[in-house]
Amino acid sequence: MTASPSASLRLGAYLRAAGSMLISLAATILGLLLVTFIIGRVVPIDPVLAIVGERATEAQIEAARVALGLDLPLWRQFLIYAWDALHGDLGQSIRTGQPVIEAVARHFPATLELATLATILGVIAGVPAGVLAATRPGSLADHVVRLVGLMGYSMPVFWLGLIGLLLFYGILGWVGGPGRLDAVFDMMYEFEVTPVSGMILIDTALAGRWDMWVNAISHIILPAGLLGYVSMAYISRMTRSFMMNELSQEYITTARVKGMPEWRVIWVHAMRNVLVPLITVIALSYAYLLEGSVLTETIFAWPGLGSYITDALMVNDMPAVLGGTVVVGVAFVLLNLFSDLLYRLVDPRAR
Amino acid sequence: MTLTDWLRDPNPTSRRQAKLGQLWLGWLRLRRNPLAMAGLVIILLLLVLAAFAPWLATQDPITQNLQNRLMPPGTAGHWLGTDDFGRDIWSRIVFGARITLYIIALVAVTAPLIGMLVGTVAGYFGGWVDQVLMRITDIFLAFPRLILALALVAVLGPGIGNAVLAIALTAWPPYARVARAETLTVRHSDYIAAVRLQGAGAGRIIWGHIVPMCLPSVIIRVTLDMAGVILIAAGLGFLGLGAQPPLPEWGLMISAGRKYLFEQWWVATMPGLAIFIVSLGFNLLGDGLRDVLDPRSSGK
Amino acid sequence: MTLLSVKNLRVTFDTEAGVVEAVRGVSFSLGRERLGIVGESGSGKTMTGRSVLRLIRPPGRIAADEMLFDGQDLMKLPEREMRALRGPRMAMVMQDPKYSLNPVMKVGAQLMEGLRQRDRVGRAEAHGKAVAALEAVQIRDPERVMEAYPHELSGGMGQRVMIAMMLIPNPDLLIADEPTSALDVTVQAEVLSILDGLVRDRGMGLIFISHDLRLVARFCDRVLVMYKGRVVEELAAQDLLHAKHPYTQGLLNCLPRIGGDRGPLPGLDRNAEWAR
Repeated sequence: MTASPSASLRLGAYLRAAGSMLISLAATILGLLLVTFIIGRVVPIDPVLAIVGERATEAQIEAARVALGLDLPLWRQFLIYAWDALHGDLGQSIRTGQPVIEAVARHFPATLELATLATILGVIAGVPAGVLAATRPGSLADHVVRLVGLMGYSMPVFWLGLIGLLLFYGILGWVGGPGRLDAVFDMMYEFEVTPVSGMILIDTALAGRWDMWVNAISHIILPAGLLGYVSMAYISRMTRSFMMNELSQEYITTARVKGMPEWRVIWVHAMRNVLVPLITVIALSYAYLLEGSVLTETIFAWPGLGSYITDALMVNDMPAVLGGTVVVGVAFVLLNLFSDLLYRLVDPRAR
Repeated sequence: MTLTDWLRDPNPTSRRQAKLGQLWLGWLRLRRNPLAMAGLVIILLLLVLAAFAPWLATQDPITQNLQNRLMPPGTAGHWLGTDDFGRDIWSRIVFGARITLYIIALVAVTAPLIGMLVGTVAGYFGGWVDQVLMRITDIFLAFPRLILALALVAVLGPGIGNAVLAIALTAWPPYARVARAETLTVRHSDYIAAVRLQGAGAGRIIWGHIVPMCLPSVIIRVTLDMAGVILIAAGLGFLGLGAQPPLPEWGLMISAGRKYLFEQWWVATMPGLAIFIVSLGFNLLGDGLRDVLDPRSSGK
Repeated sequence: MTLLSVKNLRVTFDTEAGVVEAVRGVSFSLGRERLGIVGESGSGKTMTGRSVLRLIRPPGRIAADEMLFDGQDLMKLPEREMRALRGPRMAMVMQDPKYSLNPVMKVGAQLMEGLRQRDRVGRAEAHGKAVAALEAVQIRDPERVMEAYPHELSGGMGQRVMIAMMLIPNPDLLIADEPTSALDVTVQAEVLSILDGLVRDRGMGLIFISHDLRLVARFCDRVLVMYKGRVVEELAAQDLLHAKHPYTQGLLNCLPRIGGDRGPLPGLDRNAEWAR
């Protein structure tokens, strides 16, 4: 007679899987650092010149080279770079002279806030749309969902942002304009709200400043809605195809034979199975939004990581660009790891 | 016997007839999908636009005409309006089709080639070669594509050529995955063994026998990927990292129109519509193609 | 007393290649007895079984002159009332428990689902009934199985769970669609005898679908032989070995016999005439 293996055996397997995941995580992050290191080394802009200025003497340049560690062999330079990066030191911004990590930490919450809200909107709209399409294949609803999804795939986000601003802000005046708050609130926020998370919606709610919260919503809703549309396009398509696949399975017939109503067959029996691959899709779209917000942020003057990277790019501030890139890359990798762990939790076969 | 009868023959007499018959069936199925056909029409229009640009454009796309600045759509001779230098937007979009096609074509050739090279070599040799190459692929996959492209262009310097290079360098990993998977399925087949026994070297086997096997699945992916390539190229152009002024690149045109968004909306809107329609065309066609090739996903 | 009477059942599928007829005018009736349906794969036996439950999904379509179950015409019932019959009145055991049990739900939750959702039975009572049902199919450690996921069960265990699940509401009609074909030969007999015992004790009507003639002959009272969507022969089980129809004889002849000669088994002779 077979039955469930003992709990300790399960735990052991789980830990082993987690261990191998950690190793591959470390390798991937080192690889990321190697790529940014190589990019940083082939930049035609001389980092020494940027520091000492055009009129420096030979001796001054040499001293700066030594100070920056540029006289060392490349592999040593990489080890130092990786070691520093792993300890949170991503170098100094050429533009401001401040540590990159501090600026990144200041900008990241804004991006996170935007991407999180967009993902939530994308899931709320995308999952039901995908289920609707999957349960009525070939119907008008199916075609509409498919077309709306493909349109989301085909929109340049930055253009969509401009059109959205023109329509909802410029013409209709329904939403707040660029930025995270109206100018009136910007200063108040700076002085009157303690930044707990760096995310305005959370911080103002914690401080009980609902006037500010409402204003923040009016600003974030447009960029989050547009990014949410892009994410919905992806999520609804994937949900449809996963759901169609599950609905053709034999256990669905079993549930129907038991006389279960259709809503229960779809939302309980099939959905629990759809959830397994869907988690990966949602994590992927979340990660994609972290990146996709680069262009959206420039449109909406959203002071997030994307704006930070593009602004740095305009003035050739390479340490800032590469530091930002590393952080987004690491966030990407961590999200993947997280979805992997969650996947194992939802699917009993993967435990 | 007519040609269609020959194609439809349920008992083909040759391998080629069977293959062409399959293609014909696929085409029939694709033709019944109105969305896919719409996509095909859009792409054909893009080709026509690019090929006959000098005849379809009403004005020179580069020459400035400051008296005609920012004319709204519908003005005589400028049915899509003019931009801030008085250039006809329609003519610029028509010539911009050439740039878009140029970028697509270059990426469509280079990225799959890099990917197939990495994937087939990894799949064919296996062992540590496979481990190392796939690890590298994973690292590139871990990078957010647009940001990596940004960083690369920042290093290489702005320009169309560098933008294409950056996009190709970020677009190859999925092809490597596909090619590796295909290679693994044929690696141990008897006919590969037969070729090896005839004394063919690894390079010859990969190029002559494995790469052709990978081509079909890679080509499908290319169609599906093109919309993404168009969007990234436009994004780079928008940030000023792709094509440089005064070239009529669509993303660049949007960024030029940004300043006038609220008063002269058409300057930014028109090129954006062009990007949207073209990438929708590729998506519609790619989606239809996938349905034809994988009937399970079509929802019949 | 007739439990189920089917007249001129047809199942058709609209495909790209045209309309495919899977079942073409099948009629039979069933009392509280055991009826076997045999035939090769593709003969329409599974579709016949599922039609009775009206569980053919589009693009398949069911048509019948009449499908009386306990006096009600199943063809005319709205889906709602049909659903009220599935489970409490008629049930089905499918071929492979690997696919027919929901992989991400615990066995216990699946067993109790009908009781909890339809009959609104309390948690403790439902649990007790589910455990009793598992005991009835001779599972020795029911509490542990309740907490297990389907992939942790062997095929034989899974199929017993399936039988237990379908028999909890005590249906009048059970359709068993190749219930032992996916199992190891060693556990087939065990599962069959459990099924046999339960059906006998509770006096249900059973439609037993199988490709295995010997099994059906031993296990059922009456047998329908299907070929290409039609019934070619109907006979009492004890007469099966003396079947007159050449197709049935063909099916019998291609089974190996212990002690028979070791020459190659005869291939199945198919005649287009029989399908008319």
